[in-house]
Amino acid sequence: MNRLINRLLPALWYSLLALGLLLTLTPLWWMIAASLMPPGEATSYPPRLWPSAMTFEHYRALFTRLDLARYLLNSTLLAGAVTLISLFINSMAGYAFAKFRFRGRDRLFQSLLAALVIPAQVAMLPLFLLLKQFGLINTYWGVIIPGMASIFGIFLIRQYLLAIPDSLLDAARMDGASEFRIYWSLVLPLCRPILVTLGIFTFMGTWNDFMWPLIVLTDSAMQTLPVALANLLGEHVQDTELMMAGSVLTVLPVMLLFAVLQRYYIAGIMLGGIKG
Amino acid sequence: MIYHPHLRISSAWAFLAPALLLIAVFFFLPIFAALLLSFTDFDIYALGDLDRLRFIGFSNYLQLLQSPLFWTALGNTFYFVIVGGPLSVAVSLGAALLVNAPLTRFPGFFRAAFFLPVVTTLVAVAVVWRYLYHPRYGLLNYLLSLAGVDPIDWLGDPDWAMPAIILMAVWKNFGFNMIIFIAGLQNIPTQLYEAARIDGAGAWRQFRYITLPLLGPTFLFVALMTMIGYFQVFAEPYVMTQGGPANRTLSVVLLMYEEGFRWWNMGYASAVAFVLFALILAGTLLQLKLRQREPS
Repeated sequence: MNRLINRLLPALWYSLLALGLLLTLTPLWWMIAASLMPPGEATSYPPRLWPSAMTFEHYRALFTRLDLARYLLNSTLLAGAVTLISLFINSMAGYAFAKFRFRGRDRLFQSLLAALVIPAQVAMLPLFLLLKQFGLINTYWGVIIPGMASIFGIFLIRQYLLAIPDSLLDAARMDGASEFRIYWSLVLPLCRPILVTLGIFTFMGTWNDFMWPLIVLTDSAMQTLPVALANLLGEHVQDTELMMAGSVLTVLPVMLLFAVLQRYYIAGIMLGGIKG
Repeated sequence: MIYHPHLRISSAWAFLAPALLLIAVFFFLPIFAALLLSFTDFDIYALGDLDRLRFIGFSNYLQLLQSPLFWTALGNTFYFVIVGGPLSVAVSLGAALLVNAPLTRFPGFFRAAFFLPVVTTLVAVAVVWRYLYHPRYGLLNYLLSLAGVDPIDWLGDPDWAMPAIILMAVWKNFGFNMIIFIAGLQNIPTQLYEAARIDGAGAWRQFRYITLPLLGPTFLFVALMTMIGYFQVFAEPYVMTQGGPANRTLSVVLLMYEEGFRWWNMGYASAVAFVLFALILAGTLLQLKLRQREPS
């Protein structure tokens, strides 16, 4: 009996894993396959899992007829700008919370953390009015400015820096280096791994964000890929292959980024998860 | 020039200033403004001319409580949180146990594969699932037909639309909590399992008396984050059903968006937003409380 279980268990185990794999990957597989099918094939019955003849015409249509390059550029620009600026601002604040002693520090940090339970949507209505006052609706800045500082980013940098011994920084201080110089040429290089992690989080978060760009970027030329894709669905819902090509294009950049920097990404979730 | 405490304190504030200023102006100030806004009749006329703005006390909240649409949205959101949340956490834990078991070879591969949907763009995969759910050509109904199940109009049937959205949401984000559970599992000392094995405890008893209790803090964290996130459901119904059919997938945030940014009833929409905030806060406190009461 026991021997039978020992024989069967691995088989059962791997069939569970295979089933999980199938359920997880099939939607993504079908998205790619359908984007390469000739028009109409994605709505044939029974459904096909691979194109009868591969075609790139839908991708071509997206770039020629539907100007998707513009949205690709908008998304890249916005995600890139938010990432660079917020890394700079959050790392300074995280450094201050981790390595400086001043009155009210811990209370301030605790109240920032407590604010994480406030859903971002609560701020959106007045934020819209505020940005409207500044004339920032329908500009890139309307997306960039609210993303320039994040409590989670500050938290992540602080946690990382707490583990780095003060003696390292004190040595530089003895040498008379200015505080900003210490931050710029000592702290930042030390933070490299966590900066990469936070950078991926921020880039992907901004790239994938939907609600705020939908609200702030009302002019079609300013829109990001997800917003443009949702609008495209309104006009081309029958055009399954075209919609799948658009979805692939939206998803692909962040998937590639994940594939290359997976290690940093997963380490970041674990850090945020365990300490949180 | 050994040590200048005053100099150091002022540079601490210099490092903090940009972040604190931004968070204060673009997060805390709007939150406070939203509270004030929820006591006004801010609408499309006030948007053009602020003189038309009036304080109306709790009228928005009273109107909200009398609006059937609000109760529908609230009910739908609770459905999503109460069914989708635990389901998502359970799938995450199951996947983590599968991937983390000593029996599983290439855990890194499985971990990355299960995680893949998390990094995708929600709007894009919601579009994909819309087609997978197609009553006639969709892959899902085809697979079910192989098992002899009649076609289901997933997104068109009022009773199936919310389960369909939940299924898609769980697929999209179980990988995230899976990673956190794996980290939690790896923090459990292996000696405990060895000792249990020597005492003759089987796999189930090890799971029940070692794994589950020691995963407690991880569980709380995962449950909290999932609940907070699920209360804010928006893009899934926006893309897949526009809140339909018959408002059965209209969520609180979708209602807030429609009221605030489509009809410009910003006072009323702010009240909706604050009810959401209150719910999330209450849910968080409740979970923390339940956790404290549990015997360790």
